[in-house]
Amino acid sequence: MSAQGTAPLLRVRDLVKHFPMKKDLFGRGGGVVRAVDGVHFDVNEGETLGVVGESGCGKSTTARLLMHLIEPDAGQIVFDGKVVGSAELPLKAFRRQVQMVFQDSYASLNPRLTIEDSIAFAPQVHGVSAREAIERAHDLLNRVGLEPRRFAERYPHELSGGQRQRVNIARALALQPRVIILDEAVSALDKSVEAQVLNLLLDLKESFGLTYIFISHDLQVVEYMSDRVMVMYLGQVAELGHAQSMFAQPKHPYTRALLGSVPTMDPDRRTEEPPLVGDPPNPINPPSGCRFHTRCSLAETLCSQRQPELVMDAQGDSVACLIHVAGSGHSRAPAAGVGA
Amino acid sequence: MQSTTATAPPALERSAGYWQTVFQRLLRDKVAMAAGLIILALLIMAIFGAWLAPKDPISGSIMSRLKPIGTPGFPLGADELGRDMLSRLIVGARLSLFMGITPVLCAFFIGSLIGITAGYAGGVTNTLLMRTIDVFYAFPSVLLAIALSGALGAGILNSLISLTVVFIPPIARVAESVTTQIRSRDFVEAARASGARAMTIVRVHVLGNVLGPIFVYSTSLIAVSMILASGLSFLGLGVKPPQPEWGLMLNTLRTAIYTQPWVAALPGMMIFATSVAFNLLSDGLRSAMEIKQ
Repeated sequence: MSAQGTAPLLRVRDLVKHFPMKKDLFGRGGGVVRAVDGVHFDVNEGETLGVVGESGCGKSTTARLLMHLIEPDAGQIVFDGKVVGSAELPLKAFRRQVQMVFQDSYASLNPRLTIEDSIAFAPQVHGVSAREAIERAHDLLNRVGLEPRRFAERYPHELSGGQRQRVNIARALALQPRVIILDEAVSALDKSVEAQVLNLLLDLKESFGLTYIFISHDLQVVEYMSDRVMVMYLGQVAELGHAQSMFAQPKHPYTRALLGSVPTMDPDRRTEEPPLVGDPPNPINPPSGCRFHTRCSLAETLCSQRQPELVMDAQGDSVACLIHVAGSGHSRAPAAGVGA
Repeated sequence: MQSTTATAPPALERSAGYWQTVFQRLLRDKVAMAAGLIILALLIMAIFGAWLAPKDPISGSIMSRLKPIGTPGFPLGADELGRDMLSRLIVGARLSLFMGITPVLCAFFIGSLIGITAGYAGGVTNTLLMRTIDVFYAFPSVLLAIALSGALGAGILNSLISLTVVFIPPIARVAESVTTQIRSRDFVEAARASGARAMTIVRVHVLGNVLGPIFVYSTSLIAVSMILASGLSFLGLGVKPPQPEWGLMLNTLRTAIYTQPWVAALPGMMIFATSVAFNLLSDGLRSAMEIKQ
């Protein structure tokens, strides 16, 4: 599962998106929201990469940048060894390989189209005949547990939230993609329905050999679903590592604080970490140095001056924190030459 | 789990389509149905007026001028040239409705095209199109219609053109705002993520959601159009005498307002009834279309 040796399916390098804000009449304002600021990660074939973080940390923007639904300001996305948007892999071909499921199951279905027409739309765009596309839609409805005989010709408002999200999953599958981005795909569902949909996702992953990018703010769900987890804070990656090791031993103080905020019934997992206080700082004017230093219980003066790089250790886990940089000068950092 | 049922099952559970549901809801709305009946009657008058009218609407006799309502042979009186009012009102429905509906219909197509383009394209295209539209919007519509008709010269075609120009900006505005709303919905994002071209997305995903609201708004403009067209005829810029048209009739009967006020008021009442009927129908249509989103 680790990245060593085999080339990752999806490589994201230095992805940047700044949203400029409008100036007012007197030329005031006009800052930029640094929604995604140098995001860097790989996704391996067949794995589930969980993405977590507080709201406004850039999770959804990253997803939309991956799909090129919004154009990145800078950075490179490489899919299967080919640069996305180049002559080798034009956008349309890439979009066939990567599909997305959105959070709002109702807003993501056209209220004027029947379920089967919604699912059959994308294959038709890619040249599949209308009849074949409808057949494929019926097949996929079966696969997501909705009987086509009953559901194919219904409209979205006649379905429950869970059923609609199943339709959205079928729609994402209709192009036979290799990667599916699940942007808070189960967050709006009831807990019992959520569990069913999660299990459906695991089944589908198995049978279609899919790779998932699973975005959520629910840490327990991410732990259940993911092989590796990426923690984002204010548009940057704070920590990226294997789910098991991260949930057992979080390295970044932010990850630790996040995990500490999850209520647990297990006394062994109870943490002594102070909980996160306050809201994340404004991404228009992010703090200098390490962006987390304003809320970090271990921050020292150094943290506000030096920005930590994302450094990978021998296990393939990465963290961006000066505590883990040997010889950084942080009182908790190992001495130079001792660490990784 | 495999697709054994995928090949044309005998009985698909087909649910009623959106417009079918809207129509059923509209049928239950009594006020809208009454308005619909009035409009139906007006349409019959407009189409078959020439055969329905008891007398010739053009020729009259000086002997029968300004007869009051209820005069034998003249159930609704006679006008200042002694022509039968009933016949003129019936035959006048054709031109009056034509002047009310045609400009709105033309503006519906042009305005929707502009508004949907601006709304879907966004950015610079939007600013360019909508600010241009705003220039026209800044004029009071009556003034704009009169100015344009005056510049183009009197005549039916010219007043149709000027009324169309008057109605394009408001329709384009509505079209732009509903399109912008729909465009930000996730299903449009999903369609873009599937790699579809903008034209395909607009055709499949945007039009069906946008044309309904624009249409409803446009129907409410028919009443305004009728009144404006009547106003143009009243000023001598639209229909020319002796053609029967309600606005023009109102104008020529103006002088008789002290001698035969009821006869003089009749064309105005027709205009009023028609515009109220169109407004009520479009209101009913709007609430019938508010199916839970």
